[in-house]
Amino acid sequence: MSTATATPVSTAARASTTAPPRRRAKRMRHRATSTALTIFTWIVTLGFFFPVAWMVFTAFKTEAAAATRTPTIFTALSLDRFVEVLDRGFGVYLINSLTASVMSTVIVLLLAIPAAYGLSIRPIIKSTDALFFFISTRFMPIAAAIIPIYLLLQGLGMLDNITALSVLYVGMNLPLAVWMMRSFFSEVPLEIVEAAQIDGANFFTELVRVVMPIVAPGIAAAALICFIFAWNEYFLASLLTSTMARTTPPFLGSFVDGRGQFLAVLSAASTLAVLPVVLAGWLAQKRLVTGLAMGAIK
Amino acid sequence: MTAPDLIVAEPAHDPAPAASRTLRRPPKPELSAGQKKALRLARTLVWPAIVVAILVTQIPFLVTIYYSFQNWNLMRPGSRGFAGFDNYVTVFTGGAFMQSLSATVVITGSSIVLSVLIGLGIALLLNRKFFGQGLARTLVITPFLMMPAAAALIFKWSMLDANVGMVNWGLSVLGVDPVQWNTDFPALTVIMVLTWQYTPFMMLILLAGLQSQSKETLEAASVDGAGPIRSFLHMTLPHLRQYIELAVLLGGIMLLQVFDPIAIMTRGTGGTKTLSYLLYERAFVGLEIGEAAAYGVITVLLTIVVASVALRLLFKIFSSEGAKS
Repeated sequence: MSTATATPVSTAARASTTAPPRRRAKRMRHRATSTALTIFTWIVTLGFFFPVAWMVFTAFKTEAAAATRTPTIFTALSLDRFVEVLDRGFGVYLINSLTASVMSTVIVLLLAIPAAYGLSIRPIIKSTDALFFFISTRFMPIAAAIIPIYLLLQGLGMLDNITALSVLYVGMNLPLAVWMMRSFFSEVPLEIVEAAQIDGANFFTELVRVVMPIVAPGIAAAALICFIFAWNEYFLASLLTSTMARTTPPFLGSFVDGRGQFLAVLSAASTLAVLPVVLAGWLAQKRLVTGLAMGAIK
Repeated sequence: MTAPDLIVAEPAHDPAPAASRTLRRPPKPELSAGQKKALRLARTLVWPAIVVAILVTQIPFLVTIYYSFQNWNLMRPGSRGFAGFDNYVTVFTGGAFMQSLSATVVITGSSIVLSVLIGLGIALLLNRKFFGQGLARTLVITPFLMMPAAAALIFKWSMLDANVGMVNWGLSVLGVDPVQWNTDFPALTVIMVLTWQYTPFMMLILLAGLQSQSKETLEAASVDGAGPIRSFLHMTLPHLRQYIELAVLLGGIMLLQVFDPIAIMTRGTGGTKTLSYLLYERAFVGLEIGEAAAYGVITVLLTIVVASVALRLLFKIFSSEGAKS
């Protein structure tokens, strides 16, 4: 440990004493550029994050303090706005959102895990065709399917029904999940699968015992992304639900009625609405990056 | 990496890439009994997902096509009947379609270009070692995690409002008069929110691309005297091409369908009535089922144009992967 910390110091000391003046000047300039870049990076980062930070900060203010032309920084903060939001029945909408997101994600996983596994079994024949089919359903705008779906649900008396909404979310997220998971499944070394087959393991034990632990991070990433898309979905939710099954996004959309001051309470409602997904996204950041970027590239 | 170029060289108007590939597929090799069993298993596993995808997305679309040839307004239930191409004629002769198409192109196009450019810039900034690198990346990806409805509302009221918005306060510090963003520049307002939300997504893909570039090559170039700008233009950018294409493609798919900020911020006013919003208005406000269905069909056809280019690109990625394994 001591040697490890001592090494850079000694090299730096040696460098500063032995380097010719011009080299040193160059290094100084390099360091100055680097510091400037770091400061610039942080300005950009904080600028990008500002609307989120301001939303959270405003949620703790009074309405009067939130609605000033010059922003108030030093003001009394309280949880009153959150209480107000929950008094307006926000909890019900959050629970509806949670139900639809969890239900659809579970169904997507039940369908997509076997499908992705099937698509990675060798010899792969027609697997690209099936894969293309899944991707192409994702290309289709939801607008092209909404009219018959709406009329069908209306006919069946299933408008404002959280299960119906969840089934549609399955259709929305399934292609993405299959696509992402396939790339993780195809990374399972062939030897491992073959070894399991020689051991006499049947298909199911093979899938659960051997393949699943290897692809678990990929499945977690796909599940998280499906959850996020379902939680944030607005179009279908605003058309197909009204009171009983209303989810958070359409409720937020109709939150502002233009009467009186509402900025603080709106910020509080938005903060509550985005909190679960933002926290989950932060915690599982590495998985999210792998899932989105690598899953998409490979 | 040479095989993909052959695929790109295909004629661009090829309407069914899948079908043409089937024709060119080499004769099936004889399979052993074990392989046949594995194949049967694979099909059994894939089928449930395919059936669900067909039921939820494909069949409703077929019904939409059927509706688009119907004269059907929900306000006049008795008058339903076969309409031929009347709905399509209405769509193309009414002025709404071309306006809506240009709104879609402007909003989708500028949001993609801006978010890819800014995303590339941020990816380059975040790709070096600096103080608080992990935290900075965490903060930057947050807009992508934000619920679009919440993002639209916060931008509309908290950032861009003429009286209490932070952007106007920032402008007033610089001595600029407050701007009525939402009513005077509706399209710009929508583009701002979309760019803010999609930049992190583009950034993540491009950052993955930057990190997959071999450090040795860059160091070798630096030793050979290539400056940072030259090595960026001649090495990093070509390496990133595939990632940029993918970012544009995925962003395009999502942004073409965008609805939330328009419904929440502008309600389709001032050049923000995109195709998906127009369809919503015709179907659920005007109750013109037949006409709205025609818009739906046209939207899909337009998306296919984008998608066929996209599929080609994806095929390229898959085949280069196949060449590797």
